[in-house]
Amino acid sequence: MQLIACPHCGPREETEFHYGGQAHVAYPAGNATLSDEEWGQFVFFRDNPKGPFAERWVHSAGCRRWFNAVRDTATHQILAVYRQGEPKPVVA
Amino acid sequence: MTSSFRLPTGGRVDRSTELAFTFNGEALTGHRGDTLASALLANGVHQVATSVRLGRPRGIVAAGAEDPSALVQVEEPFPEPMLTATTVELHDGLVARGLPGQGRLADEPDPARYDAVHAHCDVLVVGAGPAGLTAALTAARAGARVVLVDEQREAGGSLLGAPERLDGAPALDWVAAAVDELTAHRDVRVLQRTTAFGHYDDGFVLALEKRTDHLGAQAPANRARQRVWRIRAGHVVVATGAHERPIVFAGNDRPGIMLAGAARTYLNRYAVLPGSEVVVFTSDDAAYAAAVEIADAGGHVAAVIEARAKAPAHWAEECARRGIEVRTGHVVTGTSGTDRVTRAHVAMLADGVVGPRTGIACDTLLVSGGWNPTVHLYSQARGRLRYDAALGAFVPGEEIDRASVAGSATGEFTLAGALRSGHDAARRALASAGLSTEGLPAEPELPVTDPEPPAQPTRVLWSVPDPDPDAGHGDQRFVDLQRDATVGDILRATGAGMRSVEHVKRYTTIGTAHDQGKTSGVIASGIVAEALGVDVGELGTTTFRPPYTPVAFAALAGRDRGVLHDPVRVTAVHDWHVMHGAEFENVGQWKRPWYYPQDGEDLETAVLRECAAARESVAMMDGSTLGKIDVQGPDAAELLDRLYTNLMSSLKVGSVRYGVMCGLDGMVIDDGTVIRVADDRFLVTTTTGNAAKILDWMEEWVQTEWPELRVHLASVTEQWATIPLVGPRSRDVLAAVAPDLDVSNDAFPFMTWRDTGVAGVPARVCRISFSGELAYEVNVPAWDALAVWEAIFAAGRQWGITPYGTETMHVLRAEKGYPIIGQETDGTVTPQDLGMAWVVSKKKDDFVGKRSFSRPENLRPDRKQLVGLLPVDGDVLLPEGGQVVEVDALSQPPVPMLGHVTSSYRSAALGRTFALALVRSGRERVGQTLYVPLEDELVPVTVTDSVLFDKEGSRRDG
Ligand SMILES: [Zn+2]
Repeated sequence: MQLIACPHCGPREETEFHYGGQAHVAYPAGNATLSDEEWGQFVFFRDNPKGPFAERWVHSAGCRRWFNAVRDTATHQILAVYRQGEPKPVVA
Repeated sequence: MTSSFRLPTGGRVDRSTELAFTFNGEALTGHRGDTLASALLANGVHQVATSVRLGRPRGIVAAGAEDPSALVQVEEPFPEPMLTATTVELHDGLVARGLPGQGRLADEPDPARYDAVHAHCDVLVVGAGPAGLTAALTAARAGARVVLVDEQREAGGSLLGAPERLDGAPALDWVAAAVDELTAHRDVRVLQRTTAFGHYDDGFVLALEKRTDHLGAQAPANRARQRVWRIRAGHVVVATGAHERPIVFAGNDRPGIMLAGAARTYLNRYAVLPGSEVVVFTSDDAAYAAAVEIADAGGHVAAVIEARAKAPAHWAEECARRGIEVRTGHVVTGTSGTDRVTRAHVAMLADGVVGPRTGIACDTLLVSGGWNPTVHLYSQARGRLRYDAALGAFVPGEEIDRASVAGSATGEFTLAGALRSGHDAARRALASAGLSTEGLPAEPELPVTDPEPPAQPTRVLWSVPDPDPDAGHGDQRFVDLQRDATVGDILRATGAGMRSVEHVKRYTTIGTAHDQGKTSGVIASGIVAEALGVDVGELGTTTFRPPYTPVAFAALAGRDRGVLHDPVRVTAVHDWHVMHGAEFENVGQWKRPWYYPQDGEDLETAVLRECAAARESVAMMDGSTLGKIDVQGPDAAELLDRLYTNLMSSLKVGSVRYGVMCGLDGMVIDDGTVIRVADDRFLVTTTTGNAAKILDWMEEWVQTEWPELRVHLASVTEQWATIPLVGPRSRDVLAAVAPDLDVSNDAFPFMTWRDTGVAGVPARVCRISFSGELAYEVNVPAWDALAVWEAIFAAGRQWGITPYGTETMHVLRAEKGYPIIGQETDGTVTPQDLGMAWVVSKKKDDFVGKRSFSRPENLRPDRKQLVGLLPVDGDVLLPEGGQVVEVDALSQPPVPMLGHVTSSYRSAALGRTFALALVRSGRERVGQTLYVPLEDELVPVTVTDSVLFDKEGSRRDG
């Protein structure tokens, strides 16, 4: 069982967390002007890279706060965690 | 079979205790310190079981968890199937029998307790052999918090089974001193009888401690029988030793055929002579020690059959001195014997060709083909393995994060090497766990070992050709004894085109038994590689997965059994419901009253009675499980406007509004009421089963998309008890219990709420209805709920107030066409599909889901829409989930399906059955006849509007 370092609480077991998909996909303001395809892209499509991936996580069974993490999808290794609103860190 | 093979002295058994046990109905005795296997061997019993497929007699092959064949069923003290005799500690009163492959589960509940404990440490050492003890001592001396787990009853590992010496004294003296030192450390925990069975990410290890199994009926009832340790370590040192590797030959499964190292363990640790007439077959040096020690203990060793061209000089000399013949360049090609080996067939093996055979009489045949490092825990943590061609074994191939391997688990088989590697692993562990090694001496203080004779390389020999393959008895070269799987089975797999050991494993079942191929896996890889003409290292071995040894489900379940299996949530009025005979329904973790049967009523009659009371007089229910979220802050209204499809900011303090939430895709996710408590405060309700999900949904938007909104959310589900009071007489009942409240329709109109005293308790009463009747919802602090409930019940008695459950609630709302989220909806249903376009605001620029309503898919006229269905025969109850079709006779499939029945009930108010359904273009079909298959018939139904009762809403105001 992996340890995930909540930026508010520190390392906790992964069962305390829930996954929230790709990070930095903002809800599009003024979406009435989006084409159906553009809106469909936002609602239904996310990246699925092999390697480092910025993701949203929530510490559901802890502080209940959302944060972001960069995780290597090939190894599951979490390379960085950062709070909501902080820029995505550069990871090797 | 009563002749004793117990030696008069030596070993780790306590001869002052005599333990009586029964095996296969025979009364036998042994000593404390025995395993069932060693006690059986001491009594001369070699055959333990019969094989699963062929029914062949099987005996004891090993002395530990790797044993592939000595399967037993324990009957007393408590039935437990599929244990290996080599891992069952003997205790007084043990009753066991050998198994024909499969065991029997107890048909009564296990009375024992099982529990789980968390432990945290800097360094976890697995295995208390020479390497593990050295690692633990080194880490402890540096001040680390150490946990040492070991699966045996006492520490020592391989030293328990060999007469080794350290510092010029018996090695077990050093072991005892090491354990004393470790247990004296405050931050060291030593757990014997504890098997680390799973090694996961980030230093997480699961271990099973057997706490009372060895005590039998004397086990204290208050003590957990087994305990799962969940250990989080800064660094794990895997010092799990090695398993001896057999050599496969025809008839290698007969009782009396045993691994040479196991024989040494029985001799040295348990003081049991494994047989009187012994032949040793080896391609490795280690087996010579077994021959020499058995001879010294009084056994007769007829010969050592040495597969290599030359015997190691030191051991050849030792054998010569004892008159033991060593036949080099020879192999065992087969055996004879019925329920025990009586003869070894021996022949020269040169260039793959077997020469003429001779027979050697024996009752015990010891085999050694080298050693396989026990790499399971390393490999489970995704450490890559490397094939060592000299050892014929897979060894750890790299350093991995937070784990090191030490001792013979690395392929280092000398005692001096094991001690050194334990020390080195501990230093790596300390560095990895971020601890100082300053307190340690520059040069490790390790005990001095006796000089070891020069070693001769192992000959890697997986199997010996069957010199007589056409004898008509089938292939008897067993690779996996428990699965009765042979060399021939492997060759059939490769002959059928399989090229991967994983495929061969699944085809032959080799390595899938209780032992998970501890003795057979690497040999299977070797035989496959030979058959395919590829390198074993390239081919690899099958994946090592937890658990290392079998773990009982009872142990994994621990205390989480029976009523503790899952949390149960009950409302503040629960006991009243129980006392009044309610049947309960599980809704998530909640126990909700389902219906209240009277005088032997069934569900149907009780619900008809409860419904009639609600429509004709007055009824009450416990709605406390409704999810409730307190929304506070200056931007509370703005948040609700963004999340609900309708406008909430225009709601006045004192009023209530029904609302629907959708996902981004425009599909309904929940509904409920919203009351405005103050300008900056709302209370929103959710479906019972969705309370946590909707709170999370709201939090997610607030935290991740709109952090600028000044708003906070808190669940108050448990704080408020909610009592719907329903029916034409509800106003009279409310007036009786709320004397300060003007209950008139003008003063307290529909969709408003008032704070008032109810039965002397501060309450919030909402005028809302989920039945179409005049109705109220009384909310009080949960602490006062029972008193208020009883007061309302008493006040309503003169009108025959009737408590009702969820089933009646479902019928009442369905008669009005009100959907239940999760019953009428399944994540593919929009508000428009439900006929609730009125709940979707046209004024708001945006809200979650709005943009999706104009997607072409959601504008199709043939979407499934909520309608009512009236079976033409008003006695026929449609099955929920039943398909709706257009044809009156079922043709060949596929039959086009128009939709499905979502709810179906008998209605007291309608005097007939009815249903709700999602039907393609449903609203256009009102008036049409469609069909629902029920068993072998097609039931004709008339499509109607979804509101079937009081369409005008004339009953709402009483
Ligand atoms: Zn946290």
